[in-house]
Formats: sequence, C-alpha cells, structure tokens
Amino acid sequence: MASSDKEQWRRRTLDPALKARAQRRDEFVTDSGLEVDTAYADDDLSDGGFDHKQDLGNPGEYPFTRGVQPTMYRGRLWTMRQYSGYATAEESNRRYRYLLEQGQTGLSVAFDLPTQIGYDSDHPLARGEVGKVGVPICHLEDMETLLEGIPLDKVSTSMTINATASVLLCLYAAVAKKRGVPLSKISGTLQNDILKEYIARGTYIYPPKPSMRLVVDVFKYCSAHIPRWNTISVSGYHMREAGATAVQELAFTFANAIEYVQSAVDAGLDVDEFAGRVSFFFVSHNNIFEEAAKFRAARRMWAKIMKERFRAQNPRSMRLRFHTQTAGVTLTAQQPDNNVVRTTLQALAAVLGGTQSLHVNSRDEALSLPSEESVQISLRTQQILAHETGIADVVDPLGGSYYVEDLTRRLEEGAWEYIRRIDDMGGAVDSLEQGFQMGEIHQAAFQHQMEVESGRRTIVGVNKYKSEDAPTGGLLKVDEEAARQQTARLERVRGERDGAAASAALARLEEVARSDENTVEAILECVENYCTLGEICDVFRGVFGEQRELAGL
Amino acid sequence: MMAEAERIIRVLVAKPGLDGHDRGAKVIARALRDAGMEVVYTGIRQTPRMIVETALQEDVDVIGLSILSGAHMELFPEIILGLRENGMEDVLLVAGGIIPLEDHPELQEMGMRGIFGPGASTQDIVSFIRESVGARPVG
Repeated sequence: MASSDKEQWRRRTLDPALKARAQRRDEFVTDSGLEVDTAYADDDLSDGGFDHKQDLGNPGEYPFTRGVQPTMYRGRLWTMRQYSGYATAEESNRRYRYLLEQGQTGLSVAFDLPTQIGYDSDHPLARGEVGKVGVPICHLEDMETLLEGIPLDKVSTSMTINATASVLLCLYAAVAKKRGVPLSKISGTLQNDILKEYIARGTYIYPPKPSMRLVVDVFKYCSAHIPRWNTISVSGYHMREAGATAVQELAFTFANAIEYVQSAVDAGLDVDEFAGRVSFFFVSHNNIFEEAAKFRAARRMWAKIMKERFRAQNPRSMRLRFHTQTAGVTLTAQQPDNNVVRTTLQALAAVLGGTQSLHVNSRDEALSLPSEESVQISLRTQQILAHETGIADVVDPLGGSYYVEDLTRRLEEGAWEYIRRIDDMGGAVDSLEQGFQMGEIHQAAFQHQMEVESGRRTIVGVNKYKSEDAPTGGLLKVDEEAARQQTARLERVRGERDGAAASAALARLEEVARSDENTVEAILECVENYCTLGEICDVFRGVFGEQRELAGL
Repeated sequence: MMAEAERIIRVLVAKPGLDGHDRGAKVIARALRDAGMEVVYTGIRQTPRMIVETALQEDVDVIGLSILSGAHMELFPEIILGLRENGMEDVLLVAGGIIPLEDHPELQEMGMRGIFGPGASTQDIVSFIRESVGARPVG
C-alpha cells in the first residue's frame, strides 16, 4: 500500500518538528485512556473502516448517530430539568414552582434516601436522613402536597427512584386520578433502573430477580395505561460517577438495558410495544470531544441493539433518547466558583452530543445541597447555551470531524468488547452477582485517584493553581424541624385513614406478590387507601427477601 | 518511619447511614492497605451500632467514616457515644465525604480528629493516620 498522506506529513513535517522540540507530554490520552494522535485526517476514518451511510447516516434516520430527530434543537430545545427536592413536600413544591417560573421546562424530583430504600420517615434507619438528599414521600397526602399547583397534564416529571419506583409512580398516578387528569395525559420518567443500584448507587432493597419483575410490571402497566410515561431511564451516570470510564459507562449501561429488554420480552411483551418508552441517562464529563462522541456512539449502539439483537421493527424503538447531567465528581470544594466554568463546558458537550434534557450541577455541590442562587446560575447556564451561542441551530455540528468520528468508533468498539464479556458471563445480572462491573469501576476509580495524586492529571485548584479559599457562605442547610413535621404528618395520616381498607389492600398486595400477577394495580389500590411506602415495601420484603451488598472490596 | 511500620495499624473503613456513594471509601480503603495497614471495610448502610460492634470485634486503632448524605450530625455522635460506652475512646476517629465546614468545630469537640473533604489526597490521610496513631500510647 502506498504510504498515506498522513504518513507522509508525519515524516516530512511532524517528526522533524518533534525532534526540534518535544511535546508537553509523551503521550496524550482521553479520560477513558484512549490514545489521542497529534491530528486526525481522512486516513484515520478510512483506516477505521468508516462508512458514511452505515456509520453516520442522516439526522433522524437509522442508526441515528447524528440525532434522533431530523431538526433537533431547531424544532424544540432540550428540556431544562434541574433535579431538586429536599426537606419536606411543601418546601420542595415551593422550589419547583420557583424553577418553573424561572423558565424551567420540566420537573425532576429528588427523593430522600429512606423513600428510595422503602422506609417511612419514622423508621429507625431513617434517623438523620429525612429530607436530606431529597424530599420524603411516605403516602398520598405527601405526594399531593408535592404536586400542589403543578399542572400534571402539561409539565412532565422525572423521578429519580428505583427500588420503590412503582410505588412512587402509583402515588403520582393517584394524585392525577384525584384531580381528574386522565392517566393517558400525564407524562414523565421513572428511573426504575435497579441493576445500576447493585453496581454503583446502592439503593436496592430486594434481590435482582424479584426486582426485575417489578421493573417489567411497570413496563406492562404503563404500555396499557400510562402511554406517555418513560418507564425506565437506564443510567450510566452513577456508574461513571463511581469511577467508570466513558467506555465502561456505555458498556455497562447497555448491558443493563439488554437485560431489561430481554426480561420484558421473556415476560411476553412485544418489543415494539415498550421499547419506545425506554430512555437513558448519561453523564457529561470534562473531556468535551470524548463526551460528545460518547453520546453519538450511544445512539448508534442502541439502534443496532434494538434492530439486530431484538429485531425491533418500529424506528421509535431504535431511537435513543437520553437525559444528561453534568459530572458531580468534577466539582471541587476548592475555589467553588470555578465549577460554573466546568459545568458550562460539560453542558456544552451534552448539547453538542444531542441530549434531550439536561441538568447542570451547581457550583456548591461539593460542599452541600445547592443554594437557590446557585441553582439559578445552573438554569441560566442552560439558557445562555440555548439562546446566545448558536450551538442549538445546527444538527450534530461535530459530525464529520475526523477526530470525533474516530473517537465515536473507538468508544463504540471498546464498549462492544465489554458487552461481549458480559454476555459470556450470562448477562448483566449474572456478571454483577460476581462483582464484575464493581471491580472494573473500582479499578478505574483508584487509578484516577493515583493519577491526580501523582500530578499526571491536573485539577485546577486541587493539585495545581491552589489558593487560600474564603469559606463559602450561603449554603443550604436542611433543619431538623423538617423531619419533625414530616413524621408528625405521617402519624396523623396513619391515624385518620380507614385502617381496615388499608390492611385489606396490603393483604391483597401480598397475595399478588406471591403470584405472578402484575403488582402495579395492587400497589395503586394500596396508595389510594393511604398505605404508606414503608408498609408496601415491607410486604415485598416479606415475600422477596432483602439483598445484601454484592461486592465488598 | 520504620519504627512505626513495625506495628501494623488496623483500620475500619465504615459507611454509616443510607447513602450508597462508596467510591471514596473504597479508594481510601485500598490506599491504606497499599500503605501497609490492615483494613476492614464494612460496606454500605451501616448503623452506628454495627460500626461500634465491628470496631470492637476487629480491635481497630482507627475508624474512618465516610458519609455524603448529610446525616453525619445525627450518626457520628451515636458512634462516638457507642465507642465511649465500650471503652474505646482511644480509637482514632477520622471522617470524609461531604461534611460542611460549619459542622467541623462541633465534631472536633466530640473527638473527631481528622476531617478530610473532597480533594483530599490519600497520601495525606495515610500520613495523618501514621502520625496520630504513632503519637498515641500503644496498648
């Protein structure tokens, strides 16, 4: 083969230049450790077997590398969805209304840890945790308070909830029913991604198998009754935050997604009946081109998975729609205002990558929950990107970049390699039960830490360019009064409800849990009778058992 | 340094409360192990009582508590009280995670000797533990 143009350039111009003067580093790599060449050219694409039609296609067409819509943000901007919730339902409701007034276009509810792990606010294990990282929701009245004054047929609501996802969905649906809003009109997203909880986030309750059944029950129920609800948001975010590389984020997310789709198909659902409601959640990290390439690779991979592996027919099933959040782990406690710059660049990468919705982290989140002022800057960051920069005016502006196309391919290849390994282990559940994903993530996290400590990786303000900080003021603090109010209301609701009806609903739920009937209807009946989240989860704990931590150290 | 290395330092790395953010705890556990210490890692969702019991059973010199949920002002005092009740006030207590500065004085008064926030290096933590344990009378 004749030596390529790039090869000739290397010999003629680059090598002499390198002899005259060394580069800043011997080798350059992305955050995921992919080697980065000096410059990219046409040759890199042809060497990688790049096929314009097959690998890129057109916007809105298979394999959707360039975007799931033909017009993307020219038609409609991404949904600006800031994740929030804390203290009590009243307090969180105030924050939501404030955000909507400020131009936010969707809600994103953060629940506190007891709610996520199925404990009522007065449970002994909830001590100190009530209202801290999110809002406590124990029963229908809490949910009504949370959604007070919010038009459920107009605002879409995303709920970060997993082990208790179907309970929270039922609470939301019950509020809609009480207000006379048809379930066919409500829209939103449940995270409902239990597998990544075992791998990285930790809010599981039951063992994987019954948990998978609860996930599939939601798929079935929603496809029949709440058609506009995204029934799952398969999440790479938390695995990446736990230390995974971009390649691992893609691979472990899709390995989990494959497990969910397979379980639903095995349970008798037609793939095109539910796959259009499967959504995703990724992080946007610091390395701009790698991240933008990751989102593009993700779309291509999902399209192939659905078409080739699951034989989906409907293009809707093949379109990867995703939410993005900037990377919490990149926020520094030192010189926290610098975080505004970091999150802006991360948000830029998410938009260049074609996200459907976005949360921008706040500058003070390495120190505490964000203050209202910080949250406003986050929202304004999104609005500036949308309206002042022009990046929303062209679809896939990085498409065709030699570097980005090459990165897109290499990220995809790395991820397929992992997926093959996981398939060989029997799929995502089997491999996580052996601690495989956790081990890989821990290894990457440790390596990252060592690179920071050795100075191989620079973090401005942390291991370089340090300065004495004035302590940050104006941090948000959740006071203990919030927890007291919450438990007082819980006690009142338990006292006022029809006790016999609540007990009957719980007994019925147990019967359903022991059978193979769908659990969602029975949960709905429970919440409408003011059974609490803790009571409902206790029924499931009794039937399914509880999961212990799968991987130590 | 060599003199101190003769005695192997035993450390319990524990995650009190309900939060599952264990990246920091695991990285530190491994760094301490690599530095020659004996490390017991509890895993997530530990109650104060479980932590005190493990510390007793494992006869540790140091307890490192990692928490990011904001429940530290409820849970740390319970752990400290439990240690006192079991005559373990000698154990060196350190903490990490998201612990706002304004809480530091109260925690230090209760006996928390080191608080390491985001950005802390594992080498600093290793040195702190070595120096602090070395300075204590050995039982």
